Amino acid sequence: MAGAVPAVSAARGQCAAVHAADHLTEHAAVRWLLIGIALLFLGLFLILPLVTVFVEAFRKGAALYFAALREKEALAAIRLTLTTAAFAVPANLIFGLAAAWAVSKFRFRGKQVLLTLIDLPFAVSPVISGLVFVLLFGARGWFGPWLSEHDVKIIFALPGIVLATVFVTFPFVARELIPLMQAQGVQEEEAAATLGASGWRIFWKVTLPNIKWGLLYGVILCNARAMGEFGAVSVVSGHVRGKTNTIPLHVQILYNEYKFTAAFAVASLLVLLAAVTLGVKSFIEWKHHQSAHTGAEESGDPI
Amino acid sequence: MPTWRKSRSVLPGFGLSMGYTLVYLSLLVLIPLAALFIKASGLGWAAFWQTVTDARVVAAYKLSFGASLAAALVNGVFGFLVAWVLVRYTFPGKKLVDAIVDLPFALPTAVAGIALTTLYAQNGWIGKLLVPLGIKSAYSPLGIIIALTFIGIPFVVRTVQPVLQELDRETEEAAVSLGAYRTRTFVKVLLPQVLPALITGMAMAFARAIGEYGSVVFISGNMPFKTEIAPLLIMTKLEQFDYAGATAIAAVMLIVSFVLLLVTNVLQARTQRKLLAG
Amino acid sequence: MSHIEVRGLTKSFGGHLAADGISFAIGKGSLVGLLGPSGGGKTTVLRMLAGLERPDSGDITFEGVRVNDIPPQKRGIGLVFQNYALFRHMNVFDNIAFGLTVQKRSKTYIRERVGELLELTGLAGLAERLPSQLSGGQRQRVAFARALAPQPQLLLLDEPFAAIDAKVRKELRLWLRDMIDRVGITTLFVTHDQEEAVEVADEIMIVNRGRLEQKGSPEHIYGTPQTPFVAGFIGESSRVEAVSELHGFEHCHEGAKAIVRPEFIEIGSPRELRLPSASGQGIVKAVFFRGTHWQVEVEVGTNRLFGYRDLEQPALHPGDATHVLVHRAYLVSGGQVSVVENRYKTDPMPVHI
Repeated sequence: MAGAVPAVSAARGQCAAVHAADHLTEHAAVRWLLIGIALLFLGLFLILPLVTVFVEAFRKGAALYFAALREKEALAAIRLTLTTAAFAVPANLIFGLAAAWAVSKFRFRGKQVLLTLIDLPFAVSPVISGLVFVLLFGARGWFGPWLSEHDVKIIFALPGIVLATVFVTFPFVARELIPLMQAQGVQEEEAAATLGASGWRIFWKVTLPNIKWGLLYGVILCNARAMGEFGAVSVVSGHVRGKTNTIPLHVQILYNEYKFTAAFAVASLLVLLAAVTLGVKSFIEWKHHQSAHTGAEESGDPI
Repeated sequence: MPTWRKSRSVLPGFGLSMGYTLVYLSLLVLIPLAALFIKASGLGWAAFWQTVTDARVVAAYKLSFGASLAAALVNGVFGFLVAWVLVRYTFPGKKLVDAIVDLPFALPTAVAGIALTTLYAQNGWIGKLLVPLGIKSAYSPLGIIIALTFIGIPFVVRTVQPVLQELDRETEEAAVSLGAYRTRTFVKVLLPQVLPALITGMAMAFARAIGEYGSVVFISGNMPFKTEIAPLLIMTKLEQFDYAGATAIAAVMLIVSFVLLLVTNVLQARTQRKLLAG
Repeated sequence: MSHIEVRGLTKSFGGHLAADGISFAIGKGSLVGLLGPSGGGKTTVLRMLAGLERPDSGDITFEGVRVNDIPPQKRGIGLVFQNYALFRHMNVFDNIAFGLTVQKRSKTYIRERVGELLELTGLAGLAERLPSQLSGGQRQRVAFARALAPQPQLLLLDEPFAAIDAKVRKELRLWLRDMIDRVGITTLFVTHDQEEAVEVADEIMIVNRGRLEQKGSPEHIYGTPQTPFVAGFIGESSRVEAVSELHGFEHCHEGAKAIVRPEFIEIGSPRELRLPSASGQGIVKAVFFRGTHWQVEVEVGTNRLFGYRDLEQPALHPGDATHVLVHRAYLVSGGQVSVVENRYKTDPMPVHI
């Protein structure tokens, strides 16, 4: 019942928006003025920049656009970005699942503190997120001398980039899962446990099916940020062309060298990534809305 | 460190998941952040104070906080408007508009930076229109505010939107039946209920803006004392191998960010409590 | 002249007729209950009276003046919502004072009037509390006081007790009845609970599927239902497909349908029945314990009837042969209801409510 309440009130809200009586809404002129201002604002700040990217990228024709993408350094940047995400996203996925399981299925003291600590990386400037690893592993950092003795390179190399990326994207999956799993409670899992299911079985058969959309959502956001992170990676990468440049860093270099067309061409890849991210997100919300909606109908009389 | 006493549960895996969580959290977040503070405290108070009160650093702080505040205010007004329009009205393309609000979460900041710079530069589509008015948008503090506004849009919209959605239409009807017209209903009944969420959203946008780097470096022009933000100054110090300077500036920023995080968490908890209560 | 008059009120929501030509009149100062099943259109009628919903057709007049085009702000209506819709960011005082500040009353007047209402509703001392710090019953009183503060001409209550615990509900009903008597305001309240309607209202209007089925005092509606719906809605009634098979109703034409209330039926051995000669034979099909009495299902011919039996009487068991005395039946034909008495009965039976 409790789960159906928001869905019902949401459905009611939509009805009200459509049939809103005169006394509960603004005059039509005011309404359209407000809609106009809101759309103008979003148009100026969100739509135009997107349009700009593609206009600039194709300014000198499609041939140059594709040439910029096929360039050796661009390909290396793409490869590095994919590699980084391939390390960072699964790492944070596993962490997110572990943290959400511990926080949502058990009661312990200090839970609020733990939740705040998990959120910490959101509050840290990307530049500082890079800086902390330079302080630890850089040439003059705590472990710098030891690392160079053993010929291990972290800063200005792939491990540093991965570390910084993991730090920046740390809370994404956990934050998505924790409220979801907390809302679902423990009853289903406890029922499975009393039926004799083992821990892994409970997780795979009971918990995971309930959280799969939230999990996908968290992963998608985590991935978008991992592939697009600029500030933190910029600090630890060293900007070695073709070696430690990710896509965003490659865009910066091209832009600073006034190769605008190439810069925007590569940037358009990241716009596509964003578009896919938003598309998947909308799809998940639509799915979620659908299941909530049928739930409301099953729960009975909406009037 | 959390101290806990686990209550008896039939579910397994507490030790494993909790242990993993704490180890991972410590290694990747807590120890690195602690390292920064230890390094900062190693500077000694005098050196630390000298670094963070240097005129150029103070100018950067002022710019960072000022521009972030301005952007948060802009987002407060327009973010509320967007949320209102999305919840209360119907218009063609509403779903698309709703989806695109999250763009700043999904679009890499560097891309936003170069796109906004191109738009607002003197020969850009919008910059061109502003030049005759004597307004220089890119390579000025205004440009920084523009970039930070872009970054902050979803924070306000996405915190205000659900609250507006869950608002009880009946309280508005109650106000109406008691004789109140639209303006009074909005100011006295609606706004007070949404205000905590609005402030939370603005605080989140502000916190994010203070640390923002990628979208700002392109549009700001990076002139010391004029358009140099604090994160950029950290970067500059690092490139000069001035680790101590970078650490000191970062420590101050971190403390401010943590306080903000705490404030927004408290605000959010309060909003949720209010929503749940009668 | 009636205080409130409604003529041919019709309203549909996307094909669903929520109100279908409803007409009624309410006298000044009376307390009327609008009773019917959920989704039957009661709340829609209430909202149209308040001006929150615009009727598709039909007229609403207050004191002979048509108010259809008067906005809700100007109708002088006090509205109490099912979930109270209190302003949760305002304390009790500010909630009650809201309508008065809209009227731009002086500060001293507002303080006096709110104080008066706090006293009247037994909320004195709680003026500084926020709604979240009140119990359900207290919230309802605040909603009531807030609606009364601007001295409306008509008080509308939407399921006023639905959100309250069963125990407190009874108490609040009496309180509300008493309060409205004291204030002397014309009141219309919506409920789906017949017990509540019977207990609180002077007059009941039964609404089903957007139509007004019957209007009258609770006794009248109970004693002479005019439509099959009303006959079946009040009480836990049995539907009888062939009433002529019942002893004492052989004069009804074959195949006539009827509705029989449990209070009209006595079940037991001939010695236990008041008029054994008027009873027929039946077979006990099921017996349910209902806390204060037995509910017995008996088969008489092809009909199944429900009746009550005292706990003090010997228990009946499924399969027992027994006697059934049917005092009265509501004969249903063509949407009309007529009362038929058992013709072997000589002395009229009193009606048990």
